[in-house]
Amino acid sequence: MSYCLWCASEMITETTWSNLLSLSQPQKLCKTCKGKLQIITGNRCQKCSRESKSKICTDCKYWGKLLKNNDPLEKNYSIYSYNEFMKEVIAKWKYRGDYVLVEIFQTEFIRHFNTYIKNQMKEAIIIPIPLSKERLATRKFNQAQALTSFITQDKINILERVNSEKQAKKSRMERIQSENPFNLLEPINKPVILVDDIYTTGTTLRHVAQILKDNGCPSVYGYTLIRG
Amino acid sequence: MKSLSLKSPYDMSNFAKLLTGKLLLRNEIPLGNFMIDYLLKNNLLQSIQPILNKKFHTECLRCGNQKNNLFAEIPCAICQKTHLYCRKCIEMGRVMKCEPLYEWVGKTPVWLKHENPCTWKGKLTEDQQKAAKQIVQTIHKSGEELLVWAVCGAGKTEMLFPGIIEALKLGKRICITTPRADVVRELKPRIQQAFAGISIEALYGGSTDKDGVGQIIIATTHQLLRFKEAFDMMIIDEIDAFPYHHDSSLPFATKRALKKHGSTIYLTATPREEQYSRIVSKKLPHVFVPKRYHNHPLPVPQLKLCLFLTHHLNKVIFPTTFLTWLRNRENVTRQLLIFLPTINLAEKMYQTFKQQTSEYRTTFVHAEDSKREEKVELFRRKEIDILFTTTILERGVTFPAIDVAVLHAGHDVFDEAALVQIAGRAGRSPQDPTGEVLFFHDGKTEAMVKAIESIQLMNKRGGFK
Repeated sequence: MSYCLWCASEMITETTWSNLLSLSQPQKLCKTCKGKLQIITGNRCQKCSRESKSKICTDCKYWGKLLKNNDPLEKNYSIYSYNEFMKEVIAKWKYRGDYVLVEIFQTEFIRHFNTYIKNQMKEAIIIPIPLSKERLATRKFNQAQALTSFITQDKINILERVNSEKQAKKSRMERIQSENPFNLLEPINKPVILVDDIYTTGTTLRHVAQILKDNGCPSVYGYTLIRG
Repeated sequence: MKSLSLKSPYDMSNFAKLLTGKLLLRNEIPLGNFMIDYLLKNNLLQSIQPILNKKFHTECLRCGNQKNNLFAEIPCAICQKTHLYCRKCIEMGRVMKCEPLYEWVGKTPVWLKHENPCTWKGKLTEDQQKAAKQIVQTIHKSGEELLVWAVCGAGKTEMLFPGIIEALKLGKRICITTPRADVVRELKPRIQQAFAGISIEALYGGSTDKDGVGQIIIATTHQLLRFKEAFDMMIIDEIDAFPYHHDSSLPFATKRALKKHGSTIYLTATPREEQYSRIVSKKLPHVFVPKRYHNHPLPVPQLKLCLFLTHHLNKVIFPTTFLTWLRNRENVTRQLLIFLPTINLAEKMYQTFKQQTSEYRTTFVHAEDSKREEKVELFRRKEIDILFTTTILERGVTFPAIDVAVLHAGHDVFDEAALVQIAGRAGRSPQDPTGEVLFFHDGKTEAMVKAIESIQLMNKRGGFK
């Protein structure tokens, strides 16, 4: 018997030929809960994955203007959109610290990586966005590291975060104008894929991308679970 | 070591009051790290491993969880080890090996004895006095339990006063708990008014009181997960209410929050099977209060058959039976509570109703409504005529003059207890002791029939025909 990771109801998995033969991963969510997660489909911004009719969304046009078309971030790919249900899941996972909820995203996180990213970027190094020491001490885990462990076993600690303020508590303008809280401990000369849980304004990814590029990294991409 | 604590520059009795009888995480202790470490070093505070690995199962010491699917592992980035943590009570902060619970092990504080604590000037009815007397007797016996089975509107809160007075005279600490935050919010001002000189705190998710240092604590049952052997007297209101009878960690928490020889008073208008069978087998002493304090019978619900009700509700159409009744109510000055089985349906019906008529001021409320308190308050101040609601207002709330309608009374959420409680909202005040209660349905259910039978039975036992 397995239980839904979110609502704890019992799940009865139907035995079909395909899951019998392929030994597929057991389901983590019941049908109802799974249905509430919203995978981004259809038209999206080519740059940041936001659901958008035009090829480049207004957010990204704004970034282009602000950075005078010298954006350190090549592109971001996200899997889910940020709906009310996702907000609840993330709050429980990150802020309450229910670590195991990361398993909800495992299958999709690997699948999207393999389909859309892996083949185009074989050389690239995968790096999770770090937490500050203080935040890690209270949270006891880094959500970006948890996601990264699904797609690579390498642990590369070349980044450090000094600022401990929560991004989520800041307004949009405060975020964009905030000082770069990251330090690079070692330069990298290969392309980099940055992993994080949410792309909201894109400030965090750009902060890291900027210092990577300033130190000789050829290109920086983002792979995030959610486009907020 | 002893001399050190004697010489200590801090007044330990304040810390004792703040921390005694609690199980807290480090970040829940309202003291700085320096102070916490000082107390630990002086053996006044002790840390406890919250997750117990027993032979065949794991147990969470805070909430009593033993279900394997509600434990999970976390690779701790600080300890570089994998810990087990409890998922069941994680909403109150995560407990695991490196996030232990803290317990006060210093001297237990002494609570004040109050000679004349009651500022309530009302008088109890004969029935209320009978129950109150039994409550007082229960307090004097160690480890005793008593179930007070009182109909909706019997004046349960007032019945408690003599018992509380007695307990305060003896310098006891009292907890009044209920599964619902609305009820806590409603109780706090009433208890505070009746015991003006006593320190009273109301604890619920998001409450402004947080420290839990009052001699009387009014708390949702969830909040009791933070207490251990704290109270001499535990009053559990609405013992049959969801989620108390549904979530095993709540009875666990209530039991643990009580001191070893403390006494327990259960209050209910609708005992569940569990309590009922203990009454019948004489394992649970009880006192029955069949009459409302204003000495009028309980309004008996009327069943109204509406053909194709489910179908109509799916299409968000009000059944004609309902509309006809609405236009021809006995007393149109009364406010009206309309109960619906789901949030979704309540909202849709409310929207339609608002579009179709403009003669009433209406609104709609449900459990996750952020303006819930505000809306209930508006209704109480009679600034709203009709309130559409889910079962959240089924109990614990009092409005003086209302009629009650249940649309789709045959739905699963309306079990016998819920229907009795809903019917009990009507006719609460002596100025307007009657009120219409209507169950609109498209097929009688056992719950409806039993609810009506039990109301009639209580009226009969109360001496009404």
